[in-house]
Amino acid sequence: MAASSPLPTLTTKDLTTDQDVRWCPGCGDYSILAQMKKALGTLGVPREKIAFVSGIGCSSRFPYYMNTYGFHTIHGRAPTFATGLRLANPDLQVWVVTGDGDGLSIGGNHLVHALRRNVDIKVLLFNNEIYGLTKGQYSPASRIGTPSKTSPGGSFETPVRPLSLALAAEATFVARTIDVDPQHLVAILQKAAAHKGSAFVEIYQNCKIFNDGVFEYATEKSVKSDNVLYLEHGKPMVFGKDRNRGIRLNGLKPEVVTIGKDCQLDDLLTHDEVAEEPTLAYLLSRFAHDDSPTAVNPFPEPVGVFRTVRKPTYEEQLNSRVAEAITKKGKGKIEDLFKAEDVWTVE
Amino acid sequence: MISNNGTSGSAAPTAAPLGANGHAHRFEEVESVTIRFAGDSGDGMQLAGTQFTNTSALAGNDVATFPDFPAEIRAPAGTLAGVSGFQVHFAATDIHTPGDDLDALVAMNPAALKTNLRDLKPGGILILNTDGFESSDLKKAAYKTNPLDDGSLKGYKIIRVPVTKLTREAVKECGLTPREQDRCKNFFALGLVYWMYERSLETTLRWVREKFKKPEQLPTMEANTKSLKAGYNYGETVEVMPVQYKVGKAKIAPGTYRKITGNEAIVLGLVAATQLANKPLIYASYPITPASSVLEGLAELRRYGVKTFQAEDEIAAVGVAIGASYGGAVGVTGTSGPGVCLKSEGIGLAVMTELPLIIVDVQRGGPSTGLPTKTEQADLLQAMFGRNGECPVAILAAQTPSDCFDIAFEAVRIATRFMCPVFLLSDGYIANGSEPWKIPVIADLPRLEVKNATQPNSDGWTGTGHESGAEGEGGGAGKFLPYRRDELLARPWAIPGTPGLEHRIGGIEKQDVTGNVNYEPANHEHMVKTRAQKIENIALTIPDLAIHGDADANLLVIGWGGTYGSITTAVERTRRRGLKVAQAHLRHLNPMPKNTGDVLKKFKKILVPELNSGQLSWLLRAKYLAPAEGLNKIQGRPFLVSEIEAAIEKALA
Repeated sequence: MAASSPLPTLTTKDLTTDQDVRWCPGCGDYSILAQMKKALGTLGVPREKIAFVSGIGCSSRFPYYMNTYGFHTIHGRAPTFATGLRLANPDLQVWVVTGDGDGLSIGGNHLVHALRRNVDIKVLLFNNEIYGLTKGQYSPASRIGTPSKTSPGGSFETPVRPLSLALAAEATFVARTIDVDPQHLVAILQKAAAHKGSAFVEIYQNCKIFNDGVFEYATEKSVKSDNVLYLEHGKPMVFGKDRNRGIRLNGLKPEVVTIGKDCQLDDLLTHDEVAEEPTLAYLLSRFAHDDSPTAVNPFPEPVGVFRTVRKPTYEEQLNSRVAEAITKKGKGKIEDLFKAEDVWTVE
Repeated sequence: MISNNGTSGSAAPTAAPLGANGHAHRFEEVESVTIRFAGDSGDGMQLAGTQFTNTSALAGNDVATFPDFPAEIRAPAGTLAGVSGFQVHFAATDIHTPGDDLDALVAMNPAALKTNLRDLKPGGILILNTDGFESSDLKKAAYKTNPLDDGSLKGYKIIRVPVTKLTREAVKECGLTPREQDRCKNFFALGLVYWMYERSLETTLRWVREKFKKPEQLPTMEANTKSLKAGYNYGETVEVMPVQYKVGKAKIAPGTYRKITGNEAIVLGLVAATQLANKPLIYASYPITPASSVLEGLAELRRYGVKTFQAEDEIAAVGVAIGASYGGAVGVTGTSGPGVCLKSEGIGLAVMTELPLIIVDVQRGGPSTGLPTKTEQADLLQAMFGRNGECPVAILAAQTPSDCFDIAFEAVRIATRFMCPVFLLSDGYIANGSEPWKIPVIADLPRLEVKNATQPNSDGWTGTGHESGAEGEGGGAGKFLPYRRDELLARPWAIPGTPGLEHRIGGIEKQDVTGNVNYEPANHEHMVKTRAQKIENIALTIPDLAIHGDADANLLVIGWGGTYGSITTAVERTRRRGLKVAQAHLRHLNPMPKNTGDVLKKFKKILVPELNSGQLSWLLRAKYLAPAEGLNKIQGRPFLVSEIEAAIEKALA
């Protein structure tokens, strides 16, 4: 499942800075940091060619802990700084680390536009469905009913679905993974790194202090296989402890079916992550865990790559426009620029 | 007789050739003329004015222009709100402003007449498109009686021309729709004005050929050519006036010239400064009046290696510019006041991380949306203080359209030498106004030497005892210390991609030298003072404030930015009348030149003309305890020279 990996060039130690990591004990961010170092070690990219750019929030401290180039910027705006960095320096591999508050609330606009432009940046959205650094207010990703300091009695706002938003923004790579599934996490990070263009990865991340256990259904050994659908390109969508449940399309409506009872394996939806149209990916992005007692055949939440398509990146297009202009008319000289308008000479 | 803008021009009628209709005909030589083309915003007045300016500049006049247009793209036709004007001052002498009042006014409709007549001198020439004075037109302009007939225009030299009818007649064989035909009437009026001032049509005809060169545009090209010539011939044939006026060549320093607006000059300055510094230019901006033409101008210059980025909003624009600077380019963002509000957090980050950044603020009337198309100088204190925390930046202000070129060089120099944000303040008046610009010789332009860190810099640093009492973490040889400063307190600029210099920066307070996150009380105070001192150190690299005029005068007139032309003209005129006046103009607003306090002390009285409520006055009083008295105008319009003259006279009375 791991991407074709060249020999590791960087060890975890190479990528560790001398700064103390200051996340709370038990925070999901520790695992993500460790897997990121593992993933980068396999890419064959020297560390001076890697930059981490972040906004504000717990996740955004990430750059301080990576011995690469790093820029801890302002709330919500990381995609803009990352875009500028890519424009100036297209040799860099640029990662944006953001959270559900930083990326979906204050910075929602920039996220949408960076993805739409297909700037070659890898956006990692650590989703813990809560505001951590400001100490426990509900976030735009909080599920309805989430109790928090600013939502007494439970929140009642409809939450953002990060992957649906990314797909609507025309993102060319969209994936989801989980902090405590190291192998899957590493593989997804490697795939995001290999993608040319904007990559958007939602990482379920447990906040031990303010929203502990919110993803338990997807991480707890006894239940997770019933609640999580691992997407594999070209494979039928099968899940469940006994691998006997699957997803079938009934007209425009997906449904959970039991193989052998409701249908055969061949009747199931087959995952196609490279489909030109994001319709299937969007449909999958709507699957949400439902633990209400009345839920009948609740959907599993998919993880893996929802969509990966190759389109020209913003930088490729801009750089080729520059190159074209030079080829067509020659490299501009300042002398000519000054005289581009009518000139006259005074003796 | 036409007056000549207040200066004592010599009216010298020359030989009298016969006009086309055989009448004797006079030429009169005048020193300068101010004319305004006014019409509906769809009437093409901006174009007519621009063409007249180009032609006059090529004829060797000194020129200064003032376009004045509404914020609405097309307000309802014929209404007072929709009037668009373009004023041109052209002269045989050195001039600094577009002129206070008009020698001639072209009014294409009653609304244009109503809104502009007050600026026409008594006895001035008034060219009226009589076809635009139907009763419905009069109603839209709230005229109760027709000014063409009611005697209210007595005292002006009125030239009545049925421009619409004559234009339709002239272009009737070009195959245009009636609507398209009417769009040529600005060129008919322009042709007539060319005749009045004995100008060649060639520059405009060349422009028409170039502009409409596609085969399908042939009818448009022909129609514009015909209407322009028809207007000229009408003047000659009908002899609308007994005289034609001649404005001779100005005595200008030898050299090659072109006409330039402030925004064009910023474009050229940014490109030239970065090319000569061997640094890529990345300009990120969100369209906003009156700064958009900088973005548009740079977007055309891809073959010069320029990259532009039209951001999703003002915040993104400053973010992209800072990210570009972090990546080793010269990151520039451009905007106007409302955009600066949105960028302020980003600018604070550039102050904190000590990265080069240029913010071009083409000021307009505020607050809020304010007067988008009108000029004002009310963002000085915003640039100075408009951020959270102690957050000093460098501030420059351009004083003329062509000075925008030089100031762009200075902005690039300071941003890259000192690793800091630089505000480049312009304003709507000089951004859209134009003047002749002496094209510089490339070899004479400053070559900015921009250094980037190439290797670790920890040698010689013991890891202890910097003024902050910074602890020893991060010491040792072979390390890169991103905040180890040079003699002027600038930090090194290490570009991501450079091996061995990997480092982290951010908006959290940091330890000096190492750049590590640090919340210690003494360190924070040290860093706040260090960032401030670094900005103060810029003063060590800029020229002293010069005094012009009478250094021993009692009165100093001191200004900043786009008021330079009006102040200079007012000082020149009052001195010519025998008053003793000194003048100084600030291009560096933060820090100010180091002798500024000494200059102010020399004068008993200090007059500060500003297009705001007294922002520079405020700074001068606060910084130097100087007795600054403001002359303040907040009307969205530049100073008239006469307004400053009157203030000077009053101060010396």
